[in-house]
Amino acid sequence: MAAVMPAPAQSRLLMSGNEAVSRAVWESGVRVAAAYPGTPATEMLEEISTYPDLYAEWSVNEKVSLEVAFGAAMAGSRAFCAMKHVGLNVASDALMTMTLTGVAGGLVIAVADDVGLSSSQNEQDSRYWGRFAHLPVLEPSDSQEAHDFTLAAFELSERFQTPVILRLTTRICHVKALVTVGERSMHPVAGFTKDVGRWVMVPGAAGRRLPLMFERESRLRSEAEVSPFNVLETGADRRVGFVTSGPAYMHVRERFPDAPVLKLGFSYPVPFELVRKFADQCDQLVVVEEVEPLIETEIKAQGIAALGKDILPRSGELSPAVLGPAIARLLGETVAEAPVATPMQVFPRPPTMCVACPHLGVYYTLAQLRNVTVSGDIGCYTLGFGQPWNALDACISMGASMGMAHGLDKGRADSEKDKKIVAVIGDSTFMHMGMQGLLNIVYNRGNVTVLLLDNRAVGMTGGQNNPGNGHGIHGEDAPRVDFANLVRALGVRDERVHVVDPYELPTLFKTLRQETKIAEPSVIITNRPCVLTDDFKARSPFMVDSDKCTGCGNCVDIGCPAIHVTRREKVIKNSGKEVELNFVRIESSACTGCGLCLQPCAPDAIVPVGELSMPIHVVKKN
Amino acid sequence: MAQRGGVVSSHLRFGAKVLSPQITPGTADLLLGFEAAEGMRWRHMLRADGLALINSGRLVPPVVDLGLYDYPEDPVAAVRAAGTRVFSFDASAIASELGDARLGNSVMLGAISDYLPFSAQVLEQCILKRFATKKPALIELNRQAFAAGRAAAAQAAQAA
Ligand SMILES: Cc1ncc(C[n+]2csc(CCOP(=O)(O)OP(=O)(O)O)c2C)c(N)n1
Ligand code: SF4
Ligand code: SF4
Repeated sequence: MAAVMPAPAQSRLLMSGNEAVSRAVWESGVRVAAAYPGTPATEMLEEISTYPDLYAEWSVNEKVSLEVAFGAAMAGSRAFCAMKHVGLNVASDALMTMTLTGVAGGLVIAVADDVGLSSSQNEQDSRYWGRFAHLPVLEPSDSQEAHDFTLAAFELSERFQTPVILRLTTRICHVKALVTVGERSMHPVAGFTKDVGRWVMVPGAAGRRLPLMFERESRLRSEAEVSPFNVLETGADRRVGFVTSGPAYMHVRERFPDAPVLKLGFSYPVPFELVRKFADQCDQLVVVEEVEPLIETEIKAQGIAALGKDILPRSGELSPAVLGPAIARLLGETVAEAPVATPMQVFPRPPTMCVACPHLGVYYTLAQLRNVTVSGDIGCYTLGFGQPWNALDACISMGASMGMAHGLDKGRADSEKDKKIVAVIGDSTFMHMGMQGLLNIVYNRGNVTVLLLDNRAVGMTGGQNNPGNGHGIHGEDAPRVDFANLVRALGVRDERVHVVDPYELPTLFKTLRQETKIAEPSVIITNRPCVLTDDFKARSPFMVDSDKCTGCGNCVDIGCPAIHVTRREKVIKNSGKEVELNFVRIESSACTGCGLCLQPCAPDAIVPVGELSMPIHVVKKN
Repeated sequence: MAQRGGVVSSHLRFGAKVLSPQITPGTADLLLGFEAAEGMRWRHMLRADGLALINSGRLVPPVVDLGLYDYPEDPVAAVRAAGTRVFSFDASAIASELGDARLGNSVMLGAISDYLPFSAQVLEQCILKRFATKKPALIELNRQAFAAGRAAAAQAAQAA
């Protein structure tokens, strides 16, 4: 997107936390912002890229994005980096040592925890990284604070010469609330100062910086004691005092308007003196935080009596509805919640792949293979584990499909000698963290068939530009990676590299069967774009000729959401076997004419709605 | 998840001061169901005398087509039978007639516009303003969709 004029200072705007952070990044005079997409953090860099006069990029993974931002901060620029919680795990190697060097220009790392797992492989509390790396952690509670804390984070970063962690959660990132925005201010950039004792972390130098890090941490604790973001709110009902941070503060305030509250916006290092002072004003303390008991454990270790996860859930989002009964029980009150209607029973609606998604044919084909274990990865194609394909057997973290497949190969049981090992990985995931795993398979003479699903998009997170589609963050031209050459360069033999159209089922099947039989690494690259990108060209739709449909249901196995079963019928075949027939219709307004479902349809019951817009090369399996 | 056909729910709270962004189940004033079974899924969010406006149009997910689950026979009737006041009409059909299923969103916003503590024009102007900045070509269609939804809701209210 092209840069637009930002709204003038003092405007009151309805902003998500992500938008509010982005605005503040711009106001702070940041010169470099980098990220790899990931829910719920993605919109920060998308939004930042629309502001003028700063450099924004999609990096290939979170570690690289943090290193880019850190480099800019070494050069004296203000720099920003955003990621989802698991992204900070990826970036943590860099993080754990940049805490020793510190920064010159301000560096703020926004990390967004997906509390409640709306779209993630795990739930974790990234505030641990603050403790682990001895870095300050700020936790906004709403959009206005997301904005204000970001501004403050840069100031703090420069005053203490430290990276600062801005900790967000899904609720902060995505909830929209009113924000009063401010002016942009620019900061002179001093330039890079050569200083090997500081920037070159060899053991001797790093050892000398350790005491400085601890000394900085204790100064930060003093700062937290007096920070305007740590607010002691008195209350008339002192039976329970709440120590709370982040979005949990809002739930506490809503549910217990008369209770004393200590709101920790600057939550690490924990201001123990302030907590003690607060504890003296209340009968007992309850720590309300998402999602691990971090503040709780630390204040308990200081000998301050408190409750927390002893009475509150260990995982998932908190809410007024969760807090109410827990505190009532603590106070021995009858739980006088309004009688709440129980949810009505409705079918689940799990996420599924799009109509005509190029991954559909891949999973349809994998489902036909026998005696195969599919090592999967993270992206839209993870959904291949579900119905109707059931064709993905493992998934843990980005890029892991490669290493796991290699391990499944090397660690196979004697009884599984003939088992075929297939790894499935998306293009963005391959560039993020998969390439090294493939190199490892080649180097260690593994036997894995890799399906590299090149849909030229980071599909799962909304189709961001990346080196695979040859566009930069603003849509401009960028060098495009050549996957076939790349995997050859990693050592996969030329004969074992195939580029296949994922809509040609027979070719896909033949190639996959052939490669899984050969005992060496091979890579099958698919080459059709994600349907949600501009690269995708829809064709004229199809419909079902109900006179011809025999109810075999083969097309249903493709898993395209445009295909609907209209009628089920049980019939007894000549053999005496009972089979269920599924008569179908195609929602033609949704069909984009990819031609997949035609291929398994024996009686040619799937026909064009009108004239074909383009000849479609459907290759039929006999 | 929105783009991948999953369940999407949004909570909207407004007033002089809003703290928690989440609505406590059993306390919502209004429920806007953009799909029939989804209206059923979230009925419990409403307070006892709350009002549900539900699109009777259906989006049948693959798990139903695969025979793993059944689509409820009549979701709107089920919500009504559970004691909730419901106004319902086929917003999907109105949207398709106007030429694009996605207009269903503006149809439903038109439907709710007479049940808010401010005038329907305020909501209409907000929606149209957004299209004006992003996709001006769609202003007129969305204006029509909004008006059609408003009229359909009024009619459904009479029938109920
Ligand atoms: C460490 C980490 N960073 C980011 C994400 C968020 N994320 C989930 S899938 C995905 C990439 C998907 O792209 P691709 O591999 O090309 O597959 P597609 O969705 O296009 O099929 C991302 C960035 C994550 N789960 N983990
Ligand atoms: S977004 Fe793209 S990759 Fe993801 S399911 Fe849809 S078509 Fe497939
Ligand atoms: S041709 Fe078949 S598989 Fe392809 S989009 Fe249409 S209904 Fe779906």
